Amino acid sequence: MLEVKSLSKSFDGFKAVNNANLDVQKGEIVAVIGPNGAGKTTLFNLITGILKPDSGTVHFKGENITGFPPYEICRKRISRSFQIVNIFPRLTVFENVQVSILSREKRTWNLFTPSTKLAIDETNRILESVGLVQKKDRMTALLSHGDSKVLEIAMALGGNPEFLILDEPTAGMAPEETFRCIELVKRLSEELGLTILFCEHDMEIVFGIADRIMVMVRGATIVQGSCDEVRCNEAVQNAYLGGSDVCLM
Amino acid sequence: MVQSRMRGKAQLYVYAGIVVLFVLPLILPRFYIYLTSIILLTGLLATSLNLVLGYGGIFQFHHAVFYGVGAYATALMLTKSGLSPWLSFIVGPLVSGFLSFIMGLICIRLSKLYFGMLQISLGSLVWIIVYRWYSFTGGDDGIHGVPLPDIISSPNSAYYFTLIVTAACLFVTYKMIRSPFGSALQGIRDNPVRSEMIGINVKRHQLLALIIAGFFAGVAGSLFIVVDNTVFPDMLFWTLSLEVLIMCLLGGWFTFLGPMLGAAIIIMLRTFVSTYTTYWALVLGVLMMFVIFFLPNGVLGYIEEKIKKDFIEPVIKE
Repeated sequence: MLEVKSLSKSFDGFKAVNNANLDVQKGEIVAVIGPNGAGKTTLFNLITGILKPDSGTVHFKGENITGFPPYEICRKRISRSFQIVNIFPRLTVFENVQVSILSREKRTWNLFTPSTKLAIDETNRILESVGLVQKKDRMTALLSHGDSKVLEIAMALGGNPEFLILDEPTAGMAPEETFRCIELVKRLSEELGLTILFCEHDMEIVFGIADRIMVMVRGATIVQGSCDEVRCNEAVQNAYLGGSDVCLM
Repeated sequence: MVQSRMRGKAQLYVYAGIVVLFVLPLILPRFYIYLTSIILLTGLLATSLNLVLGYGGIFQFHHAVFYGVGAYATALMLTKSGLSPWLSFIVGPLVSGFLSFIMGLICIRLSKLYFGMLQISLGSLVWIIVYRWYSFTGGDDGIHGVPLPDIISSPNSAYYFTLIVTAACLFVTYKMIRSPFGSALQGIRDNPVRSEMIGINVKRHQLLALIIAGFFAGVAGSLFIVVDNTVFPDMLFWTLSLEVLIMCLLGGWFTFLGPMLGAAIIIMLRTFVSTYTTYWALVLGVLMMFVIFFLPNGVLGYIEEKIKKDFIEPVIKE
């Protein structure tokens, strides 16, 4: 479904992403792992159009989407959530998700119908499925960190995606919040049949829900394969454990 | 629930306010009617700025250009074209909207402060053209004694015309803010990157907002012709832009009627304090300092917060 080929991006000579390769099949959950600064977020920014790659290509469902602006990539039904909470702080929880839906329905050029009458059911449904429905009238600036991260996912769902990119969905969450969030991701994959690409530092989560794993080190893809293939891969052991022959996890 | 109850009450106050404004000419002497007209149209100008400033997060630093150009376009049509005078009241704002579109196209490539700086320079360019082009705009003399249709030429009828047009424009602006377009615009203000990522074409939405704001500033400009019968280059000088910006901040730039309140405060200060001292701006400066320190959300923003508290606390107790 998504195919990334030898993608590269450098900032002032620093190669943040250097020859990254990735392929994701429909319905899969794929994890990207790698040490801090390996270029995982930059890779996601390149795929979603926030950054333009220096070289390499991104294909989605056979179409070359390299260098498209973010709003067009979103219209191809690729949604993402951000590592650092990235929401609309002066809008309510409800409005955050609603805007996302209205934008997908291309209704944001509508100047005169009150928003309060539009996309109500769908917004409520999404909020219910992620468990934020009780907090829907709250200003998002007042949400807890865990709830904000879940709202991130809810906003991404507002775009009715086929392909969901989650950048460290559980970063900074308390253990029980983490558990809930992972349950949510699993359910989205099972119930909606979403294809999910995510990155995460918690190996327990990664090996728990990913079908396949891609490992990045210093901007480059060193391996992509099933959990078992990655676990005992020599290059991975080198990167994570400094060359011991103990398997990861 | 709480919000809708609050909104219901706010609506009541607005209707009451409109009724009061309608009977005002029966009570007040002529000078105050003139003053209220000026407050209304300046309030409309400030509200149109706030559409892009408070709701759109765009640093529109030279908004007076569209006010002045609207006024000039209307005045020139009225004095030189010989077409129906009513047409000029539509053409004026349209010219402003078009200018806003052109300037927007150029400025929108930059963001935040850089947008503001470029806009000030482009706006000053327009000002200097108006200021120097004697044969067409009358230069620094401006245009005086603009002929008006009889029905709006008396002070009271000019007042009613201003009141009705202002109310209609505010109503339309309010509708827009509460529409999906308004939601998208506020999303862009809060977080442009995220807005793009949920599929909003940020620049295009901002451009439309700028055009609408320019149009309504032009309406305010034509209303000035109705009330005052004159135009002069100062109407598009950057100091006025600054004053309008201060009105938004003073009244509360995250509230809808804040800019109108700000306009009322500043114009009344200027009118009444300047009869005692020529340093009325000094009073404004001190007032502004207090507002920034103690009411960072502006006067109406503060009142709104207060009311919200009074409404929400009993509900929580229940």
